[in-house]
Amino acid sequence: MTEQAAGLELRRDDSTRRSVLLLRGDWVQGVETPLFPELRALLNAAAPQELALDCSELGQWDSLLMAFLLQCHGYCRDLDISFSDDGLPDNARRLLGIATSVPPQRREPGARKRWWQTVHPSALLRDVADDLRLSMAFFGEVCLALWALLRGRANTRFIDFRNFCYQAGPDAFAIISLTSILVGMILGYLGAVQLQQFGAGIYVADLVVIGLLREMGVLMTAIVMAGRTGAAYAAQLGTMQASEEIDAVRTMGVSPIEFLVTPRILALVVMMPLLTIYANLLGILGGGIVAGGMGISLLQYTSQASAAVTLTHIGVGLLKSLVFAVLIAIAGCRSGMQSGRDSAGVGEAATEAVVTALVYLIVADAAINILFQHLGV
Amino acid sequence: MDESAPEVHIDVRDLTMAFGAKVIQRDLNFPIYRGDIFVIMGGSGCGKSTLLKHMLGLLEPAAGDILYSGQSFTRASSAERDIMRRGWGITYQSGGLFSAMTLEQNVSLPLQLYTDYSAMQIADVVDYKLSLVGLGGFQSYYPAEISGGMRKRAALARAIALDPQILFFDEPSAGLDPISSRLLDDLILELKESIGATVVMVTHELESIFAIATNSVYLDASSRTMIDYGDPRQLRDSSEQPVVRQFLARSAAAGEDMGSE
Repeated sequence: MTEQAAGLELRRDDSTRRSVLLLRGDWVQGVETPLFPELRALLNAAAPQELALDCSELGQWDSLLMAFLLQCHGYCRDLDISFSDDGLPDNARRLLGIATSVPPQRREPGARKRWWQTVHPSALLRDVADDLRLSMAFFGEVCLALWALLRGRANTRFIDFRNFCYQAGPDAFAIISLTSILVGMILGYLGAVQLQQFGAGIYVADLVVIGLLREMGVLMTAIVMAGRTGAAYAAQLGTMQASEEIDAVRTMGVSPIEFLVTPRILALVVMMPLLTIYANLLGILGGGIVAGGMGISLLQYTSQASAAVTLTHIGVGLLKSLVFAVLIAIAGCRSGMQSGRDSAGVGEAATEAVVTALVYLIVADAAINILFQHLGV
Repeated sequence: MDESAPEVHIDVRDLTMAFGAKVIQRDLNFPIYRGDIFVIMGGSGCGKSTLLKHMLGLLEPAAGDILYSGQSFTRASSAERDIMRRGWGITYQSGGLFSAMTLEQNVSLPLQLYTDYSAMQIADVVDYKLSLVGLGGFQSYYPAEISGGMRKRAALARAIALDPQILFFDEPSAGLDPISSRLLDDLILELKESIGATVVMVTHELESIFAIATNSVYLDASSRTMIDYGDPRQLRDSSEQPVVRQFLARSAAAGEDMGSE
């Protein structure tokens, strides 16, 4: 079956100001069909008061014809031209009837802003302020929930805490092992190249140990955990928000912060220092491998390294790990709890969780370092 | 069923559905005729939605076959399945609209994928499809910005974008108020009559079953097979299975109306 080219013709009768639109050929996909602007030009020229249809030469048709007729109908309605669909095939007339039974919604102008209108500087500033306020409010809620926990009045389940501990701890061993050994080796190489110029190669051990304990070990662990656990918290809570689970918790009279957020934060706070200690040990081992490659014996490296280890360095690292754990968990949980209720919202929440956590980490790390510098710790 | 020599459009043959060793339904045998509004009914947990998923190819049957216009779907390769699926329109229980896209983008996606329409033609056809479901002018809205009933209708607009031969509905009126659900029924009926499509739906809304269904199958949860097949109005009045009559008459007490009709 070959398709006939689709076409149209407007026959006008000036005495009655009535025009007849003659449709012919096959109006189906794959055939060149006229577009409405063609007809609009003809109609504008004819300016009829009444428009009728003649489909005696119309062959097959599909949605293309219907879309065309709908526009035709809309044009006639806008210009008060009376539109008669008597000539249409029966089912086409019914479809057109359904399509035109509800007048199209007209959006009032200015209701939707263009993207460049939304990035006004003052709006941007307000967004940041809002974000900060929400963060503070969330932090306050978390503090209240923790206080309730201390007084033994919180709806926090130990079994949740245990599960999150497992997810944030043992499950993370593999990736933490890899990153910390490599970071230790990188520190070792970095120091070795410089220190050997002064014949001070043995101090590689000091550099690796102090660098890891105070800074790199904890920071790398925190970055890995922000991407791993912080994003997971945001995605879990965001999905719960989308499927109305959080609403269910709230209407049961249980604070979602106590029930969902507290165990997550506590789990990360407990596991982060342990992971940091583990990362430091492996990092020092990584540094030892590099030192061995430079001709420093294992014995020399260990004795030099153990001399460099002080309680202060360990304490600084562990303190940072606690602060970082709280920041990562809060960033992740806050993004999840305040996420949008659809799939796009959950994705945004996970992204926001990681970005916020990284910003918090760098700022907090810098602040702690400056503080300790002034305190002489 | 009562048209002269109806053409079998979908044929379910000896279908057994199972998850591992757990059999959901076995030995399902029924035809669906072209132009029917066919309802899959049954109590909760009997496997209605599972049957629909088998028909859509989202789950694989443990045994048996499903034929579309005489062609086996179960044995078709995935490329052949995609070609067969192109003639289908499917709406999911919660709509299945892409939340990151506007209604216009949602409806135009199948048109962009499977037609050679120009951008302008796509925009026109999208406007027409949205107008059909009473959402003309809502092109730039996101699914989250409209009500549940509107989302169902928007999902229907996406399902009919390609003028499908078969329309599948999973609980079309679940969660809708009586008026919206009635309007949706009317719309399905009108669309079916004007497009000439076959409609397969899973539902237990009795009102819509009696209002629009022309044929149905009843899946029984306890015996794990179909126990009746036919026009739901006739089944209500004269089914040999008391449980089917009870289901359709909404009587709760078992055996209460046995033999009374």
